[in-house]
Amino acid sequence: MAGLELLSDQGYRLDGRKAPELRKLQARMSVFAQADGSAYLEQGNTKALAVVYGPHETRGSRSKSLHDRAVINCQYSMATFSTAERKRRPHGDRKSSEMSLHLKQTFEAAVLTELYPRSQIDIYVKILQADGGNYSACVNAATLALVDAGIPMRDYVCACTAGFVEDTALADLCHAEESGGGTSLALALLPRSGNIALLQMDARLHQDHLNALMEAAMTACKGLSKVLDGVVRQHLEEVSVLTSE
Amino acid sequence: MLKSKTFVKKTRSGGVLKIVREHYLRDDIWCGSEVCKECKDEAPVLQEDACIESNLCSYPHYLIPDTNVVLHQIDILEDPLIRNIIILQTVLQEVRHRSATVYKRIKDAIHDKEKHFYTFTNEHHRETFIEREQGESANDRNDRAIRVAAKWYADHLAKATDNGPLKVVLLTNDRANKEKAEHHGLIVYRCEEYIKSLIGNPELVDRLALTPDDQNEITGSKLLFPEHLPLSRIQTGIKNGMFLQGTFHANRDNYLEGTVFIHREGAVTNEVLLQGFQNLNRAVHQDVVAVELFPKERWVAPSSVVLQDDNPDDEDAEEDETETENKLKSVASESSALKPTGRVVGIIKRNWRPFCGMLSQSQIKEATRHLFTPADRRIPRIRIETRQAATLVGQRIMVAIDGWPKNSRYPNGHFVKNLGTAGDKETETEVLLLEHDVPHQPFSQAVLSFLPKMPWSISEEELKVRADLRHLFVCSVDPPGCTDIDDALHCRELENGNLEVGVHIADVSHFIRPGNALDQEAASRGTTVYLCGKRIDMVPELLSSNLCSLRSNVERLAFSCIWEMNNNAEIIKTHFTKSIINSKASLTYAEAQMRIDDTTMNDDITKSLRGLNKLAKILKGRRIDKGALTLSSPEVRFHIDSETHDPIDLQTKELMETNSMVEEFMLLANISVAQKIYDEFSECALLRKHPSPPPSNYDILIKAAKSRDLEIHTDSAKALADSLNNAAIERFPYFNTLLRILATRCMMQAVYFCSGMDNDFHHYGLASPIYTHFTSPIRRYSDIIVHRLLAVAMNADSTYPDLMDKHKQSALCSNLNYRHKMAQYAQRASVAFHTQLFFKNRGIINEEGFILFVRKNAIIILIPKFGLEGTVFFENKDKPSPHLTFDTEGPTLKVEEHTFHMFDKVKVTISLDASNIQHQRIRMALIEPVIPGVSVPVPESEPEAKKPKLDR
Repeated sequence: MAGLELLSDQGYRLDGRKAPELRKLQARMSVFAQADGSAYLEQGNTKALAVVYGPHETRGSRSKSLHDRAVINCQYSMATFSTAERKRRPHGDRKSSEMSLHLKQTFEAAVLTELYPRSQIDIYVKILQADGGNYSACVNAATLALVDAGIPMRDYVCACTAGFVEDTALADLCHAEESGGGTSLALALLPRSGNIALLQMDARLHQDHLNALMEAAMTACKGLSKVLDGVVRQHLEEVSVLTSE
Repeated sequence: MLKSKTFVKKTRSGGVLKIVREHYLRDDIWCGSEVCKECKDEAPVLQEDACIESNLCSYPHYLIPDTNVVLHQIDILEDPLIRNIIILQTVLQEVRHRSATVYKRIKDAIHDKEKHFYTFTNEHHRETFIEREQGESANDRNDRAIRVAAKWYADHLAKATDNGPLKVVLLTNDRANKEKAEHHGLIVYRCEEYIKSLIGNPELVDRLALTPDDQNEITGSKLLFPEHLPLSRIQTGIKNGMFLQGTFHANRDNYLEGTVFIHREGAVTNEVLLQGFQNLNRAVHQDVVAVELFPKERWVAPSSVVLQDDNPDDEDAEEDETETENKLKSVASESSALKPTGRVVGIIKRNWRPFCGMLSQSQIKEATRHLFTPADRRIPRIRIETRQAATLVGQRIMVAIDGWPKNSRYPNGHFVKNLGTAGDKETETEVLLLEHDVPHQPFSQAVLSFLPKMPWSISEEELKVRADLRHLFVCSVDPPGCTDIDDALHCRELENGNLEVGVHIADVSHFIRPGNALDQEAASRGTTVYLCGKRIDMVPELLSSNLCSLRSNVERLAFSCIWEMNNNAEIIKTHFTKSIINSKASLTYAEAQMRIDDTTMNDDITKSLRGLNKLAKILKGRRIDKGALTLSSPEVRFHIDSETHDPIDLQTKELMETNSMVEEFMLLANISVAQKIYDEFSECALLRKHPSPPPSNYDILIKAAKSRDLEIHTDSAKALADSLNNAAIERFPYFNTLLRILATRCMMQAVYFCSGMDNDFHHYGLASPIYTHFTSPIRRYSDIIVHRLLAVAMNADSTYPDLMDKHKQSALCSNLNYRHKMAQYAQRASVAFHTQLFFKNRGIINEEGFILFVRKNAIIILIPKFGLEGTVFFENKDKPSPHLTFDTEGPTLKVEEHTFHMFDKVKVTISLDASNIQHQRIRMALIEPVIPGVSVPVPESEPEAKKPKLDR
């Protein structure tokens, strides 16, 4: 029989999670000493590395700089070994430039750019292993890296995907669920205010289901924010123990 | 709570891919038993006192079947007696992988609350998940997983009940598995062992499927069939073009012949002929098989012989077989008629379902093995084992096939269900409904709960939003006795001299809301099935015969399609609206015709009818000019005795002007609606198309016409319609009808489809570029969908997800097409059964008929008076056959001195042949022309005298 059963009658998904459950999230901050901020994040089998430089003077042509706020420059890439099939991924292909643009828009909404006029903040993210939800892993990792760099933000930006299978909204899709047909929606949320930084969905979904799906994604984002907050606090504890000595 | 465990899988999709998936193990999966306090299950499924009387297990117990038990003994598991079963996730996944039908059935059983089936998600349970070990096969791992889960249950329940009496019993037929499980201290039985130990339920034993070990005992040692190739070799064979894959269709008239329809498009041939027992190689009707083509010199032509498998016993059958096969091969075949021929090398997928039929009892009185003869002649006879043969004789029963070993002439099966006495009207109706897969159970409570509450009246809100058309002189015209009236019409003159014509259709979609149980049931039924004297409703009667039915003088909700037309029947304006109507009269076709013809009547209804009739004639003329076909099929109506429900008289359906009047406006409404919904929803409109038939379909028609020196052009629908109109023979008025009957048989099936999935919309028969069904929502589900689409298009209703999903829509279409086809077959079967009842009461009748087809050893005759078709055989088992010469070109058949052409007029006697109770059939014998040794003398003109003999 073709196809995978994405949601069993007992309510378990392929990997044993229930519909609203997230994958295991693990993260570390300050993984590189040379960058201003960096973070490594695992969301299940999706692994992402984010590095932040800046704010610094605008590089290249001066015309790019803005007089009232900082420019955010994002670059997204995937490692050749990140998927089941090894594939060279040149820089600047359509998919990654689109993703870079999305990341840029997301963080322009969250970072307090007006504090740094005529300067630039660089965010580099790389997917080391891809297993669904690449965008959300990147956003979450970049948030931690920005926190690590000490760049002021309105709030954590938490992103999560949600899908719709058999009239049930599933949170945090893995690769099999993303590719198994059906809709997938990516949402980046500023959890405390409940503002949406980015919402993206490029499959067809009936209007009646949209609210349920967004609700599921937002709940998932709020859950994620608690985990990210925990990571940051633990990192601070470790750092303060080191510095106090 | 989340324990992550990553494991590596390899799958093959082109190349080798390494797939990494997460696998979370949980500790919140409950055991599902009432006794267990530890598990926090809110609604435990398994009962505390799970008792069933058994010799082997005197204690309450839960059963855990392994995969093979579920796959093969699903009939047992479905029995209401068997309850409290734990289905492991491992088992369920394997079943899903191996057989879609069994998976569906086991899922239904799990959803049935009465059955107390519990699915235990053992693969994600922390204590029952196991990893595949080095060198362990996937099957072995799964067997081990089942044992581990069973062990966990045994320990868990012992702990929960403080070593109470509750136990788990593992059912497996695998010897190695059983030994290993016993070694671990589990209670294990083989399925047969367990079922046979049950006290007081001997009938369950009959429902046991035979496992391969048992089959060896039954059959002789002689190998009858070549071995089937393993699936891997079939697949490579198909890939390199050695074999072809297709669906096997057995020949209804000749059990030694069948055709395989090749699936692949663009293949050299799309039909492969199979002839002979060895070449059919155990394929059963509807199986997906792999065939190997023979070289061209071994190709044969399909034999037109009619052969039935009616050997009394199976053991000495083989000699006969070779004899009949030789007869098949001695076909004097010209090269033109040769068809690609081949043999079955393997079975890719069996498509077995339970079959209805009757038991032919073995001659040996105490024998427990008997042959079962299915009602469908395309299915071979099945050998079953039963101890209740004596009670089952004369009953209609259901039997499922278990397997067909290569050394057995017949497949082996087991008894499933008893339906009732054969020949009983109820039983026979049940059989034909089951055989045609017509859902006919009474509506469930869940479905009925969505019906509107009585007394019902039109609410204020509806009055506000709907157009009030109660003042119009609307009337309905239907066949007599019709209670589900779904259409009504009106016509009036407007001030500007134009005419306003309205078609009002029952607003069923108002009552059936998308997605609820009522809607789902209707979608699965697809259509109302009309049998003789019985109607299987698609929607509950309250709706079909009352609230939706547009009866006269009551206010009803309707969906109206209103045109403004000029006197030339040209449409000036089309308007759709939801409305309220009050039909002024419900007429029959005859009543309506009388009103139109009676010049003294001048009331509003009659005037409206006359206006409609006038317009309809113009519309029809225009349609025929465009090339619409008028086809014909003999249809009969039974007059049914009101008390005994036996048919007492039979008449062919008469067509009146009013029939065509109503039809014309329905067509117009359908076409208008089709255009509208397609304009609005180009991706997901539900439409109906009628593909033009391939030219070769017309061969028989052209040949037949040629035999009478007439020419039929078939290049286009228009040409065909014209040449059919011109084809007439003086002094033979019925000839044209016969030709039209033949033309009907050349046509393709019209089908529903979703506009986003296809690009050929043409309706060949109606000569319309676009068409759909809108006018009968009470009896067709397709119309309900079209209503919903149209309602959305005019903002009268809101859309819902499934309506806009072209894949779901397309799946729905294929179900509807299937149901429609089956309903048609069931209808025909019902007519055939009633015809038999009719002739049973009549004795022998002499009648005139025409030859419709000429076969190699028989002619098929149509009796126009009864719309009855029958076969006259020229070969008899007990008599020397006459000298026959068959010519495929004509086609003609020369019997002794007389040559039969198509359309020849003959005289026959008709009687009921009740020698085979299961297939009672109408027998025809030739009276005229007189051929010595073939035709029968005209029977005495006292058929009554013979009646006692015919009555059973």
